[in-house]
Amino acid sequence: MKLSINGREIEVAPAAGERRLIEFLRDDLDLTGAKNACDIGACGACTILVDEAPAKVCAKRVKDLAGHRVLTIEGLAGPDGALHPLQQAFLDCGAVQCGFCTPGMILAAHALLLREPCPTREEIRHALRGNLCRCTGYQQIVDAVEAAAVHYRPAAAAAAAPEPAGTL
Amino acid sequence: MNAAGSKAWRNDGAAKVTGRAKYTDDLKFPRLLHAAPVYADFVHARLLGISTAEAGRAPGVVRILTAADVPGSNRFGQIIRDFRIFADDKIRFHGDVVALVVAETRDQAIFASALVRVEAEALPAVLDPEEALRPGAPLVHESHGSNLVNTHRIRRGDVAEGFRQADFVLEEQFRTQCVEHAYLEPEVAVGVPRPDGVIEVYGSMQHPFSTRRFVAACLGRPLADVEVVGTPMGGGFGGKDDTAAIVCARTALAAQLTGRPVKTMYRRDWSIRESYKRHPYRVTYKLGVTREGRITAVQCRILADGGAYCSVTPWVTWRSTVQCCGPYVVPHVHCDTQGVYTNNAVAGAMRGFGSPQMNFVVEQMVEIAAERAGLSGTEFRRRNLVRQGSVTITGQKLDNHKVAMEEVFEAVRTRIGYEDKLARCSHGRSDTGLLYGIGLAMSYRGVSLGAEGVDACAAILNVQPDGSILLEVGVHENGQGAEAAMSLLAARELGVALGRIRYRRASTSTVPDGGTTVASRGTIMGGGAVTVAAHELKLRIAAAVAARWRCPPAEVRFEDDWVLGPADRMPFADAIALMYRTQQFPYAFGVFQAPPVSWDERTGQGDAYFTWVYGCQAVELTVDARTGKVTLLNAVAAHDVGRAVNREMVRGQFFGGMAMAAGYALHEEILSRDGRITNTNLNTYRIPRATDLPEMTALIIENPDPQSPTGAKALGEPTNELLAPAIANAVYQATGRRQHSLPIRLGAGSREAPEETCAR
Repeated sequence: MKLSINGREIEVAPAAGERRLIEFLRDDLDLTGAKNACDIGACGACTILVDEAPAKVCAKRVKDLAGHRVLTIEGLAGPDGALHPLQQAFLDCGAVQCGFCTPGMILAAHALLLREPCPTREEIRHALRGNLCRCTGYQQIVDAVEAAAVHYRPAAAAAAAPEPAGTL
Repeated sequence: MNAAGSKAWRNDGAAKVTGRAKYTDDLKFPRLLHAAPVYADFVHARLLGISTAEAGRAPGVVRILTAADVPGSNRFGQIIRDFRIFADDKIRFHGDVVALVVAETRDQAIFASALVRVEAEALPAVLDPEEALRPGAPLVHESHGSNLVNTHRIRRGDVAEGFRQADFVLEEQFRTQCVEHAYLEPEVAVGVPRPDGVIEVYGSMQHPFSTRRFVAACLGRPLADVEVVGTPMGGGFGGKDDTAAIVCARTALAAQLTGRPVKTMYRRDWSIRESYKRHPYRVTYKLGVTREGRITAVQCRILADGGAYCSVTPWVTWRSTVQCCGPYVVPHVHCDTQGVYTNNAVAGAMRGFGSPQMNFVVEQMVEIAAERAGLSGTEFRRRNLVRQGSVTITGQKLDNHKVAMEEVFEAVRTRIGYEDKLARCSHGRSDTGLLYGIGLAMSYRGVSLGAEGVDACAAILNVQPDGSILLEVGVHENGQGAEAAMSLLAARELGVALGRIRYRRASTSTVPDGGTTVASRGTIMGGGAVTVAAHELKLRIAAAVAARWRCPPAEVRFEDDWVLGPADRMPFADAIALMYRTQQFPYAFGVFQAPPVSWDERTGQGDAYFTWVYGCQAVELTVDARTGKVTLLNAVAAHDVGRAVNREMVRGQFFGGMAMAAGYALHEEILSRDGRITNTNLNTYRIPRATDLPEMTALIIENPDPQSPTGAKALGEPTNELLAPAIANAVYQATGRRQHSLPIRLGAGSREAPEETCAR
C-alpha cells in the first residue's frame, strides 16, 4: 500500500493498514504535530488534511489514507524551513499560547483558505468550529487567518511569496 | 521581533506552529513502558483488598503497583497531607486510583487495568456540602474529625449597626457549578531512571518544584535525586498542580521499580474523572444600602464544596473572603467562609481562584441594590467603588499604587457606549422574539499569593564568551508566554538585542524554587527576579570595563547592544570578551521577594496583598425569547496590567480569560449521578468554540506599579473573573430575570439539567 504524506511516497505493508493512524503518524513517522487529546474526534487537536480537507486522525486507520494526498503540520513550511505565511501570521497575531491545538488549527485554517481565499470573520469562525482552543478565545486566531488570506489569492500567489504548501 | 510591541514574539513560537515543539507525549525513550491507572467504581468505600493476579498474567504486563509498593510516603498535600498516591484505607471519590498497571504497550496496560479486582465495602456517601456539615454525616476523613476543611472570617465594624443605618436590606442566595479546566493536553508524565541513580521526570505540570517534592517523598529519596524537567505544556489554567504531581509520582515510582523509562499518558475520561475542578459555591449575601446609594453593611456566608481532598481549598476560599465585597468600600462586614469535604470530585486551583464565584454574586447584588435605591448601576458603583487612599474591607489602605478602578470602568463604558445601549435593553419585551441586553461587571484583585504563602523567585543570567546569554527563571511556561516575557525583560534591562537571549528551560536541579506559576504571579515575580539579576550582571560588567576605561563604574551605561562610558564605548560582546580575558565571569543570580503582607485570621484584617489590579468588562447579547438561547454579540474589557511586556500576548490573556468565563456563564458544568461524573469527554463537556464567542476588544491600561521592579502586575486571572457576572447582568437587562445560579439556563426551550449536578 502506498501513502503520500507531505509530498513523500511511503510504502506500507498491507498488514499495517489496520493500525490506528494516530499511532502510525506519531510513533512510526515521528510526525507528532497531530495531538491526541480526546480520542473521539471532539477536539480537533489531531487534524490533518486529506486531499486538502480537514480530517481527524484519531478515528482513522492507516488504510484510510491510501490513494489520498495527506498534509500534516510538518509539511506546511517550505523545504528550507521557511515558515508558511499562515504560520507566520499565527506568530505575528499572537494566535499561539500553549500551542497544543495550533497544528490542527493551522491546518483547518489552511483548508479553508485553499477553498475560500476571501473568507469573512464569520466564515473563519465557522470553519474552525471543530477545533477547540482553551487558551486564546480564538480572537487572534481569526485575526491570523484573516491576515494570511491575501497569500492565498491568485494575484498574490502569482506575484510573490512561497506557494502555499498542500499543493505539493 | 519587537520590544516595542507591534507584533507578538515568542521564543517557542516557530516550534509550535511547525509541529516541532515536543510535549511530553511526543518525547521518545528507548525501552519505554506504558502505565494505566486503575479506578474502582465506588464513590465512598472501605478498601478491603486488591487482587492483581489476573491482571498480572495479561499480555505484556510488567508490574502492577499499589499503595503497598510505595517506599516513601503514600500521602501528600500542599496544606493537609490527605491525598494518596494510591488509595490505601478508603476510596473517597470516584476518581481515586487504587493501582497502576505497567506494561510493554499502552493498549496492554489499559486492557490489564480492567482485570484488577477491587474488594471494598461501600459506605454512605456525602455529596452535598450542607449535609456534610450536619452532625452524623458520613466522614470523608475520619481522622480529620469532621468534614469541615477550613474556615475564614472577616469581622469589620459592627454589621448590626451597619444594617440599622441602611434604608434597604437585600438578601439573595446564589449557587455556582463545578467546572473543569479542560486543558487541551491531558495529564501525562514520563519517568526515566538515569545511570547516576537520579530519576528524571518529564510531564505536564505547572509547578515542577512541588512535583519534585511529591515525587521525592513518594520514592523516599532526597530532593537532589529527582530532577523534574520543564516540558512544553498544553494548557494548565491552575489545573496541573496536585493531580499532575501525583501522576508524575506514580510514574516515577514505576520507573524506579522497573528500572526502565515509563510513560503514563492520560485518556480524557481519566483526566476528567480524576483531576480537580473549580469549587462549586453556595453564597448567602445580605447587603444594606441607604437611599443615597451608599453600601452600609455586608453579611455573607460562603460554602465551598472542596470534594474528597483538601488540595488548596483553604487558599481558594481565602481569596473569596478577602474579595467578598468586590471593589467597593463597605464599612461593616461580617463574612463566614467554610470549605467542606464531600465525596464529590476534588476542587482545587483554577484560574480566578475563588473570585469568579464571588464576582457572580457581588456584581449582581450591586445592581439589585442600585435599582432598589433608584440609581443607575453606574452611579451606584461610582458612589461606592474604591479610589486612591480607600480602605479595603480587610483594613488595607490602597495608597502604594495607582488605584485605577474608575479608569477601567470609564474606559469600558465609553468604548462600548454603555449608557446609550442600556437604554435600549428589552427588559423582557420584544417584537422580534430576540431580547437585547448589555451588562458589565468590575473587580479588583490582590496580586500574587498574598498572605497565602512565601512569595519569592530567582533568575540566573549566564553570559557566554561570545556575548550570547543564557537565561533561567524559576517560573514555568504554562503556554502563556512566560519565557518570552522573561526574555524581553532581560533584553530590555540589559540594553542588549533580544537575539542574544536564549531562554534555557529550567529544571528543578538548576534553579531555585520560584514558587508555583499560579496567582497570575509569573510576570511580576519572575520579571522582578530577572530585573534584579540584570542589575547584578551590569554591576559586574561595569566594574570590568570601568577598570579599563579608568572611569567610575556608576557612569557605565548599557544601550542598544553597546556598553557606554563617559568617554568610551564598546560593543556588548567585546565587554564580555574582555571579562573572560581577565578571568571574570559575567554570571548573575537575582532574587525578588514580594513586599511584606499581613493577616490576622481571627478578625480577617490585614494588608492582604502587596498590590492590586483593576478590571472591568462589558458584554452585549441577545436572548431568544422562545428557546432561551443566549448569543453573545460583543465584549469589551479593560484591565490595568501595570505594564504590558509583550502586547499581543497580553491581548491573548484578555481573550482567553473572557472565553473561559463565557463557558462558565453559559455552557460548562460537570454533571454527575450519585457522585460519578457523567460528562467525561469534550463532546459532552462543552467548552466554547470559535462560533460561540463574539468579537472582543482588549483595552490595555498601564499604570506601572512601584512595588514591581518591571512595573508589570497581573493579568491571567483578572480577565477570567468578570464576564460571567457581566453576562448575568446583560441577561437581566434583556429578560428582566435575575440569575442566581450558573451556568445560566433560560426558558422552556433551554436544556433541562438531564442529571443531578455535581454538589447542587
